[in-house]
Amino acid sequence: MSDTDLTAEEIRDLRLLAGTMIPASEEFDVPGADDAAIFADILGSLGRDRGQVRAALGRFADLSGGGAPDQAAAALLAEPGPAVATLGRVILQCYYRDDRVIRSLGLEPRPPFPRGHILEQGDWSLLDPVRARPKLWRDAP
Amino acid sequence: MNEIVDVLIIGSGASGAAVAYSLADTKMRILCLEQGDWIKPSEFPSNGRDWEARRYGDFDISPNKRGRVTDYPVNDDASIMKVANFNAVGGGTIIYTAHWPRMHPSDFRVRSLDGVADDWPIDYRTLEPFYTENDRMMGVSGLAGDPGVPPRAPAMPPVPLGKTGTRYALAMNALGWHWWPSDTTVATTEYEGRAPCINLGHCTPGCAQGAKASTDITYWPHALRAGVELRTRCRVREIVTNEHGMASGAIYYDADGIEHFQPAEVVVLACNGVGTPRLLLNSVSSRFPGGLANSSGLVGKNLMMHPWPMVVGYANERVDGDRAPITSLWSKQFYETDPSRDFVRGYMLQFSRGTGVVNEAITSAAAGRLPWGKDHHRVYRELVYRRLAIGVACEDLPEEHNRVTLDPVLTDGNGIPAAKIDYTISENTRRMMEHGIARAEEILTAAGATNISASRTLLNYPGHLLGTARMGTDPDRSVVNAWGRCHDVKNLFIVDGSIWVTSGGVNPTSTIQALALYIADQIKQRLSVLFD
Repeated sequence: MSDTDLTAEEIRDLRLLAGTMIPASEEFDVPGADDAAIFADILGSLGRDRGQVRAALGRFADLSGGGAPDQAAAALLAEPGPAVATLGRVILQCYYRDDRVIRSLGLEPRPPFPRGHILEQGDWSLLDPVRARPKLWRDAP
Repeated sequence: MNEIVDVLIIGSGASGAAVAYSLADTKMRILCLEQGDWIKPSEFPSNGRDWEARRYGDFDISPNKRGRVTDYPVNDDASIMKVANFNAVGGGTIIYTAHWPRMHPSDFRVRSLDGVADDWPIDYRTLEPFYTENDRMMGVSGLAGDPGVPPRAPAMPPVPLGKTGTRYALAMNALGWHWWPSDTTVATTEYEGRAPCINLGHCTPGCAQGAKASTDITYWPHALRAGVELRTRCRVREIVTNEHGMASGAIYYDADGIEHFQPAEVVVLACNGVGTPRLLLNSVSSRFPGGLANSSGLVGKNLMMHPWPMVVGYANERVDGDRAPITSLWSKQFYETDPSRDFVRGYMLQFSRGTGVVNEAITSAAAGRLPWGKDHHRVYRELVYRRLAIGVACEDLPEEHNRVTLDPVLTDGNGIPAAKIDYTISENTRRMMEHGIARAEEILTAAGATNISASRTLLNYPGHLLGTARMGTDPDRSVVNAWGRCHDVKNLFIVDGSIWVTSGGVNPTSTIQALALYIADQIKQRLSVLFD
């Protein structure tokens, strides 16, 4: 695991939540967000979001009260607010840059620069009826 | 002490860069103070695999979320819309979308034509040559012949339609509504040393290719070669005045927090619609106890931020996603006032290309479209790269209760009071928003989209900053005159979005820069009588 100042209990709960939120899927041939590599990325990427994530984990601990973690996770994720939103974001932004996940979507695991992408030109004759219109804008004195 | 300069420009963004460039041919000694740094292309997010995540970090459009040492906080708790800016050489042009509509002639005559707000003291015809000059400097791609806007001649061909644009175009033709490929400052061919767009994706967090025009790569190289000095990491605290009530210079902090005084013959503010009133309100003295240039009491008031609902739907197949510039088409079908509607003025529709895999997941989870748990993967695959999104760019009219003040508690890293925003959306604008949302839903339906939803308060609103030091001929009803000079301080000019009288329903950068070039031209024409 990457360096983090989360406690062992917080790390355990975060991994449980990650796997609950995005479980592995045989149907789509993808790991869950609790996969070792993805979870290491999550832990190593908390950065400025650490405070909000800890707040979400604290709330999760309160809700679970020592049992029924699935119900506690469901209750936590139903709560609005910045802590849960941040928790979701930090998990999603790491999950959806994992090479295996990106390939499962039929995409290339690479940054946009320097190769970029190809954009098809399209059919500019679609503009013909628009060109034939009178002007729409108003003159002003 | 620093040597006196002829012209001190505060802020190096859209307007500050344009003024510096234009005034450089006077051979005056010109200095620009910028609180941010130069940003290298290699620092932009699209160089790395974490490029989408950084939109929520060091390249967030909100200074509060970004939190760089070069940023200042803004208390926007009392505003439904949030502030967007960037503090670096190039300012907000580093992170803007590069969408490039101009105001319409009617936007300058709102009172005369529609009986609301106020007319501008200048008109479209006055600004037109400066729009043209600015387009040449920034480099614009687009297509002439649009019946929806006044004539203009983009230098480069438009960004291709692609799959997403084609869907929009077919839908708009079926509905019989106006559309046109957007003008953008994304270079589609080589242009003045800029490489053409290679479709890196969203242009907002900075263009690693250098295809998107930002003033650090357009105006500034010319201005620096012409002798303008640009001093970075200099955060101005206040404008100082002398015994004659004239601006004598500015006090600023350098990167080490050391205080300096920079004397100047002329001071030009180019700090945007929040930064400029913040600076004026913080520049109090016995002569100006309510803040500098504020005898009208209007400094900070009439803030306009462009409410911008987003309507999203999903196609039944993959479209372009984030594999091209976000800007695609615009429609002016509903831009001008129509007496049959229940609101005055109007809006532009801005058709977006799509979004990336991470942002799709984050925004869809936040909107409740994307569940957690076993259904996550199935639903996500029905969303990714299928997004169609239309923004409704609403004009909001000036209202004095929408304002920028100084926060009594919050400060920046140098102890300078932060700006506080109070902003609500008017009933006229709310009706306009709902009209636009309904039309966008019709368009998306015609484009074959399903799962359509509207967001009235986005995660990241555009947060344009306009109107807080308005132009006018009456010193009791405006802060600056018809050529940007403060009524109260005859060697103090404002050139940013603060001086807007009304907001139009368009992205503002093109007009902000045209105004800056116009004011610089006025300064040059009046040099011998500038302080009369």
